[in-house]
Amino acid sequence: MTAQESNRVVGIDVGGTFTDVFMVDDRSGEFTVAKVPSTRGDEELGFLAGVRAAVDSFDEIGAVIHGTTVGTNALLERKGATTGIITTAGFADVLEMRRRDRPNTWGLWGDFIPIVERDMRLEVAERTGADGTIVQEVDQAAVTAQAQVLLAAGAEACCIAFINSYANDENERLALDAVRLVWPNDHVTSAALLLPEVREFERTSTGAINAYLQPVVGGYIERLEVALADGGFGGRFFIVQSNGGVMTSTAARALPVRTALSGPAAGVIAGAHLAAAAGFSNVITCDMGGTSFDVAVIANGEVVSGAQTSVDYGLVIRTPMIEISTIGAGGGSLAWVDAGGILRIGPESAGSVPGPACYGRGNGRPTVTDAHLVLGRLNGERPIGGLDQLDTRAARDAVRREVAEPLGLSIEEAAEAILRIATSRMAGALRLVSIERGHDPGEFIAMPFGGAGALHSCGLLADVGLSAALVPRYPGVTSALGCTVADARHDVVQTLNLAVADLADQAAVAALTERLGRNEAAVRSFLDDSGMVLDDVSVSVVLDMSYVGQTHTVSVPVGNLDTLSQANLLGAFEKKYEDTYGRVLESIAVRVLSARTTVVGTRPKIDPAALAPHPDATVPPAGERNVFFDGEWRPTAIWPRLELPSGWLCEGPAILEQPDATIVIEPGFIAEVDALGNVVITNASGS
Amino acid sequence: MTTLDPVTLAVLQGRLEQLVDEMDATLFRSAFNPIIAEAHDASHGIYDRTTGATVAQGSSGLPVFVGSMSGAVSLIIDRTAEEGGPGEGDIWVFNDPYRGGTHLNDMKLVQPFFRDGELFCWLASVGHYTDVGGAVPGNYNPSATESAQEGVLIPPVRLVDGGELRSDIVDLVCAISRVPANAYGDLFGQLNALKLGVSRLTDLLDEFGAATVSTAFVELTARAASLMRSNIAALPDGTHSIDDFLDNDGSVDQPIQVSLDLTIEGDRLVLDFTRTAGAATGPVNISKSTAIAACYVGLKHIFRDVPANAGCLEPVEVRIADGSLLDASWPRPVAGYTETILRIMDLIFGALAEVDPAISNGSSYGTINALSIAGHQPSGDRWVMFTFYGGGLGGSPVSDGLSHGNAPLSTATIPPIEILESAYPVRYTRWALRPDSGGAGKHRGGLGADYEIELLDESAEVFAFGDRGRFPPPGVAGGGPSALNRISFDVAGDELIPPLASKIVGVKLHKGDRVRIASPGGGGYGDPSDRSLEAIERDLRLGYTTVEGSGT
Repeated sequence: MTAQESNRVVGIDVGGTFTDVFMVDDRSGEFTVAKVPSTRGDEELGFLAGVRAAVDSFDEIGAVIHGTTVGTNALLERKGATTGIITTAGFADVLEMRRRDRPNTWGLWGDFIPIVERDMRLEVAERTGADGTIVQEVDQAAVTAQAQVLLAAGAEACCIAFINSYANDENERLALDAVRLVWPNDHVTSAALLLPEVREFERTSTGAINAYLQPVVGGYIERLEVALADGGFGGRFFIVQSNGGVMTSTAARALPVRTALSGPAAGVIAGAHLAAAAGFSNVITCDMGGTSFDVAVIANGEVVSGAQTSVDYGLVIRTPMIEISTIGAGGGSLAWVDAGGILRIGPESAGSVPGPACYGRGNGRPTVTDAHLVLGRLNGERPIGGLDQLDTRAARDAVRREVAEPLGLSIEEAAEAILRIATSRMAGALRLVSIERGHDPGEFIAMPFGGAGALHSCGLLADVGLSAALVPRYPGVTSALGCTVADARHDVVQTLNLAVADLADQAAVAALTERLGRNEAAVRSFLDDSGMVLDDVSVSVVLDMSYVGQTHTVSVPVGNLDTLSQANLLGAFEKKYEDTYGRVLESIAVRVLSARTTVVGTRPKIDPAALAPHPDATVPPAGERNVFFDGEWRPTAIWPRLELPSGWLCEGPAILEQPDATIVIEPGFIAEVDALGNVVITNASGS
Repeated sequence: MTTLDPVTLAVLQGRLEQLVDEMDATLFRSAFNPIIAEAHDASHGIYDRTTGATVAQGSSGLPVFVGSMSGAVSLIIDRTAEEGGPGEGDIWVFNDPYRGGTHLNDMKLVQPFFRDGELFCWLASVGHYTDVGGAVPGNYNPSATESAQEGVLIPPVRLVDGGELRSDIVDLVCAISRVPANAYGDLFGQLNALKLGVSRLTDLLDEFGAATVSTAFVELTARAASLMRSNIAALPDGTHSIDDFLDNDGSVDQPIQVSLDLTIEGDRLVLDFTRTAGAATGPVNISKSTAIAACYVGLKHIFRDVPANAGCLEPVEVRIADGSLLDASWPRPVAGYTETILRIMDLIFGALAEVDPAISNGSSYGTINALSIAGHQPSGDRWVMFTFYGGGLGGSPVSDGLSHGNAPLSTATIPPIEILESAYPVRYTRWALRPDSGGAGKHRGGLGADYEIELLDESAEVFAFGDRGRFPPPGVAGGGPSALNRISFDVAGDELIPPLASKIVGVKLHKGDRVRIASPGGGGYGDPSDRSLEAIERDLRLGYTTVEGSGT
């Protein structure tokens, strides 16, 4: 079989500890999962080992879709390329001056090292006004001269970022041409072409990060392309973007800034797909690993997106992306009692090295994982994470010394307290993304995944008032599965700065329609150029609107461009504003700040029914052990999760184990295996 | 009263902090003026039923409001006591700075929260309004000598009366402003935040019960006090005296002394400011509640782990002489309160550095440089571009100071110049780090900035309120001072330097004229001769310091 005919799609997520693979045959629905150790620093080795673990030969594969953290890690570790910036005279320090913030509300310590240092940020005389007028034309020879200075100083990549270039990119385009003439590679970014949106720091930062990552991410993807081809792979290679859509590896090499949340985004996409198949359209995904707890919201079947993120202090990326909120609460988060006698969890973490006290690698302070082990919730004889067994005695000692004794509690009470506080912090994160955004948590389910997510499901249900938790069949490879089901997607954001009052004029409406139409054509051609096989392509337009004077906007969807009118826009804005804030303000003018145009191309997806277990198996418990719940040790049945048939039902307490995750069903909760093999946990009292 | 188990207490602490954070977020998103929406010059909190003491305060709002809002709430407690207690469904609005703290721009909304017909606690919202009348747009009037010249003072009045919004009061709050639409939008933003707070707190009480939450209020304050005591007890006993100066008060060109004698006695801390100058003619006075709030912020920056509630100040005694610079009463002008409280914080950093250099840091740039450029639109309406500018933070035990940070009293960000240029007839011609502005030290102070703005309109007036033009932010532990603040104007080709250094009223600009601000950096930390050669070379290579400027 040739690659073109193959229906085998490999999704591969390279995380900090493991590289996860999910391979599916689009036609037959057959699938394979694999997990191999990641190779930090040489991620391609783990990547290739992972693909080999899933297939016999690369030529059997039709497509590889990859979720990567190479870009994020390069940023966090400041290991991008030597990069230069060429900017407007007087503004070389925009990147370093940020928006005049500081790292923490309380405490004034710490400084900021920008990714492009001051001697690599050069200026040229040029200026565009806020209304788009060219105040001073750029001299291309001057730009070329500065580019040569940067090259001589060792720059591998270059970003051009001029003031007000969002309003008119003429000078920046001329400068881009001038740099390209002398630049020896493709690593040149125009901030305005990447992001024609107002706010000079955010645009410069986004452009500079793109340039900074181009050689690193580009080189990584190129090495993967070569290695795949050498192995006989003749299919297509895609990368997951932060917005949850896929792009071609070629596009990713030019737009690496869009991969900042690539891996986590894939997990959210999987969550949306699996939940939809199970009949849920309102979902909060909860990805819990060793150091962090990431949550994202799917409302009415749509993944909630945000406009920007900070990868680290001052490293701002502004591009449409899945809104993923992270708190520092993972299995490795340390528990401690402060001098005022209050129990706290994190933000310090034992990470995976040295890891929790029970890993026996030199950390003597208790972590969330230690508390689970002390209470019998985790199986010390069969841990995940590559260890042979966990040291329960070390975990008990740590909990006793650091928490139980200072608080006057028994060891078990102290461990329960640690879990309660940790769960409460996670619940806080869930509340922030649901209640704060006006969602009723009772209408949402949690979808826990990652190694540790399903340990806390019951506590989260009780704390936040969610209706159920749905644990996917393979929680440990959720992101890899998400890679295989992600759609193709591309966004364009354009600042318009239009007064709605001016749209009384039909010509102005026509001009706006024409402009939005051009953006639509641009995003469509981006997908057309990718050569992807797509079932359906749809374009949506959202306008960021506000009352004049406000700097924050609400997102107003525009339906049919042909029926765009002042009255329609105003009505849609007022409805959205009232939904958000509960009132409309009289007699204040309204404006349109920006337009966001998004194209989505639907790709063929695995039917989650393929993951379903055999319906009629009768499975005995794998064993029983004492687990501490609500102040007492209780004999608790242990069930082999992957063998449980559809329709299987049990009341807590119970523990469901599988190679890459443990599910805890607390007393008062019911677990049921649905037709697709998901475990659905609900509160037995029905509330 | 029963004590709470440590687990419930920790859970409630998190829930209360989250609740007030959500109130902050609601106002930031729906406010109209960028000082609230972008600069986060606002705050929300929960306050004790009988004393008005802070129970919980949002972490994203302006730190200095943490203490001062408690004074605002206690004003309403006293006021309603005269009427036989607060009414359910009432919300009070006022901007009285003398008991409510800070200055006239800060509009306070205070609401009693009832549970089962009984007063349970208070909720409050404060936000900085663009303009509240008076002689100078934006209200930073350095030449004011009495309150009436600074703006209109609104005493406590009911904005909402028994659940009914009073449109006449809404009209009043808008009418005193040069930009009434902003005031209107901000006022409703604050009402949105209070509405959300009431709803969240109701949920919390439904879930945990009023008695438990009430016990937690008391317990959390006690825990913060105990944590603060243990922090103080860890420091050696002794007294450290330190002085600093404001350039002048905007009217009389004489330095104004601000002094601190800091004493540690076991687990108690005395902050004695009685050697500070008497009341000033110009607007650098602050009320006592503002002074105490400034102490709180200064201490919280050093003792970061203490929760943000009134317990933090329980082991701390603040001594202020009656009627002095730090105990202003009506009609003393107070608009420039920010400069004086920054002096208080720097004194605390300086004195604590003498107690133990490992816990403190150099002074910050020490001035908010409030700059207001005002003109008229063709329609006759006003335009007012009001912005605070940044500077460097002090060097610390761990690193050089942050360049171009925000002042310790706030968490404000600066608006993008592209937003400013699209809203006002100005063009920025320079926005850069200021070389040689950080104080020398083992860890150098962060750099201040050079800003330059050109007027595009036919004419406009400029008002500037800054300080540190004559007395630079000092370093600690042997670190040197930063550069001085420098404000100047290009008027018809001539350079104008304000006679009072950084304070000036009504400079007339015409098209093409420019305003320049060169802000201070932060004070240095540690002996400059201990600075590594590598760091010195890097500073020179990157132009953070120059050969001429460093004298090397």
